[in-house]
Amino acid sequence: RKIIFEKQWFYLDNAIGHIYGTTFEVTSGGNLQPKQEVEEAATETKEAGTDNRNIVDDGKSQKLTHDDIKALKDKGIKGQEIVQQLIENSTTFRDKTEFAQDKYIKKKKKKYEAVITIVKPSTRILSTMYYAREPGKINHLRYDTLAQMLTLGNIRAGNKMIVMETCAGLVLGAVMERMGGYGSIIQMYPGGGPVRAATSCFGFPKHFFDNLHEFPLSKVDSLLSGTFSMETLPLEPEDNTLAEEESNGLTDEKQTCLQETEDESAPEAAMEVNQTEEQETMDINAEDVEFKENKEKESKENVREKQRKQWERRKKLIETAALLREKNADGLIVASKFHPTPLLLSLLEFVAPSRPFVVYCQYKEPLLECYTKLRERGGVINLKLSETWLRNYQVLPDRSHPKLTMSGGGGYLLSGITVVLDKGKADSSTSEALKTDEPSSKRCKVQDLHC
Amino acid sequence: MSFVEYGDTIKDGDTAIVFLGHESMFPVKVQHGTVTQTKYGVIRHSTDLIGKKYGSKVTCSKGGWVFILHPTPELWTMNLPHRTQILYSTDISIITMMLELKPGSIVCESGTGSGSLSHALIRTVAPTGHLYTVEFHQQRAEKAREEFREHGVEHLVTVTNQDVCKSGFGVSNIADAVFLDIPSPWEAIGHAKSALKAEGGRICSFSPCIEQVQRTCLVMEEYGFTEINTLEILLRMYNVRTISLQIPDLGKAAEDNSSAGFDSSNPSNQGSPCTNLQQGTVQFKSGVPLREMVGHTGYLTFATKS
Repeated sequence: RKIIFEKQWFYLDNAIGHIYGTTFEVTSGGNLQPKQEVEEAATETKEAGTDNRNIVDDGKSQKLTHDDIKALKDKGIKGQEIVQQLIENSTTFRDKTEFAQDKYIKKKKKKYEAVITIVKPSTRILSTMYYAREPGKINHLRYDTLAQMLTLGNIRAGNKMIVMETCAGLVLGAVMERMGGYGSIIQMYPGGGPVRAATSCFGFPKHFFDNLHEFPLSKVDSLLSGTFSMETLPLEPEDNTLAEEESNGLTDEKQTCLQETEDESAPEAAMEVNQTEEQETMDINAEDVEFKENKEKESKENVREKQRKQWERRKKLIETAALLREKNADGLIVASKFHPTPLLLSLLEFVAPSRPFVVYCQYKEPLLECYTKLRERGGVINLKLSETWLRNYQVLPDRSHPKLTMSGGGGYLLSGITVVLDKGKADSSTSEALKTDEPSSKRCKVQDLHC
Repeated sequence: MSFVEYGDTIKDGDTAIVFLGHESMFPVKVQHGTVTQTKYGVIRHSTDLIGKKYGSKVTCSKGGWVFILHPTPELWTMNLPHRTQILYSTDISIITMMLELKPGSIVCESGTGSGSLSHALIRTVAPTGHLYTVEFHQQRAEKAREEFREHGVEHLVTVTNQDVCKSGFGVSNIADAVFLDIPSPWEAIGHAKSALKAEGGRICSFSPCIEQVQRTCLVMEEYGFTEINTLEILLRMYNVRTISLQIPDLGKAAEDNSSAGFDSSNPSNQGSPCTNLQQGTVQFKSGVPLREMVGHTGYLTFATKS
């Protein structure tokens, strides 16, 4: 399979069997060859200048033309050679300072030496990758913010976690990695189904998914109010249209809808089945069975498979609902595009007391509101609103300095710990709020020291 | 309870966290017959703690109350007795992720110090991983061993009392990750490399001074480490406050009865004619930064063993 990546294209076939971390060169034809470690002649004193006062940037210092370089590439000359050629044909190279020469070589190498390293996926790799290339898909969750969430949430083996995220499954994957396949996770999802695109990139062993459950957000309210049951589950769209057609009385459609309704009623014995529907299918059955027997058999098998899958899904849903009803989750992680307040207020109900929870939001304001609503609700302490500031450094002899700052772009976190909710007394909850809220100016000083 | 597993009820011998209110908490060793003094009064372990659910509210003798929390490495970091300067959860978080730690990982650490990072590492590698931690100060090493025992995690950690720069970590070719928080990390890089597994191991060095970082990076390169990368991370906290700002009195034009329009939403000013004394306020919620924040803890340098 051809992989195209940043103007390079190659086949991965030759990479199979090598250890993770191996560096390859892309040769002509797109094949990968393990790269040999080349001894850089670093100890030679190169001819170099002292500063750039006499270097004029007129775009004419490189004698090789675009076509010359292309010809070299077409000849199949190695990237290293091309870089060497560029250096030799540059009139200003030896006037540059050593540092500038280093920088020049590095830049040309990056452009002409087709070198790739294949690494094993991990939260570190995937979160930095997603933040750099597809931040929109992960609500601009910067990787250090994700790191804070995993620690503040005490994510570890054996927990029963509730995760609600719309970050392509990256947050879920990170949680799964820190749980190592132990414990269980219930992923809450909006819409039709959970998105786990990024999760599959982690390469987890199959058994990690044995204790991964999912539950639709749209059923949370009914679960909390106690009205959740299989009856309230929406039928699949197909079922609805067929139920309509049934009443039209067309033969073919009768046939298929017969099977549909049959399938519906068979596995769900507990479910209330429409009495008249049942009657109808039995009547139709008697009439058409002989005539369409073969066709029936074939489509019956497909339908049976579909029926089995549907039954599996519904079974899992009931199981997951039961897990949630226990209200003993060890923690809650929220990182989504939705307003966090309604999510927290409802999902916290499923969490046991004295457990941490962390909410990520790209913006600060919704978390301000969340904080306020949580104070009103009570049952939470140690609420903290924070963001992290990350700075990368270039460390080279005599050239150490910060590289680029990414501050302000990483999102915000609201974290806290659940406590037993005192539902009876409004008084105690307000005094709790007072207790845990705004400190007096005296306390501020102590706070400063504790940082 | 355990630092690596949740329990529901408080038991004799547990370490629990007593939460008194804003930023105020302390750890307590739960023991039958013992009594703990707080500013709200006395807590009797036998009646008030043992058997209660974690997260419960406990009323103290003077009538005030506290919450009893299940310990976590993060709560421990905020409340442990300092024997040395410690690492806080902000740095610990990024270290854990960048070293790719997870259940089953083998980690080497030096120096153990007050055990702040150690507890977090043990939590992450449990139940199948292990922490080898080296501390050259004899009493600190012994105190660390004692704490790990009390917290029920001694099976996950080995404390060695030696100088990592001279004698290494005591293991070779098995570590997934090595962490160094010592004055001269460049002296330990060689030992770190031999402790790490053959391919793909990760290393992290924490140093407050850039000169230390420069020396360490050079030595890492000499020893063939790749992906050498230095960063720093800082925590910005916000206090959620309702702020009221006064609207200034800009006077009134002679015949103008309505205000400039800014405070149309403020009922106290609507339709009010003249008088300078009636000045309204606007309220809003804000995340206010703290007066002072931590500006620097240390530089974190990561690399991969190739």
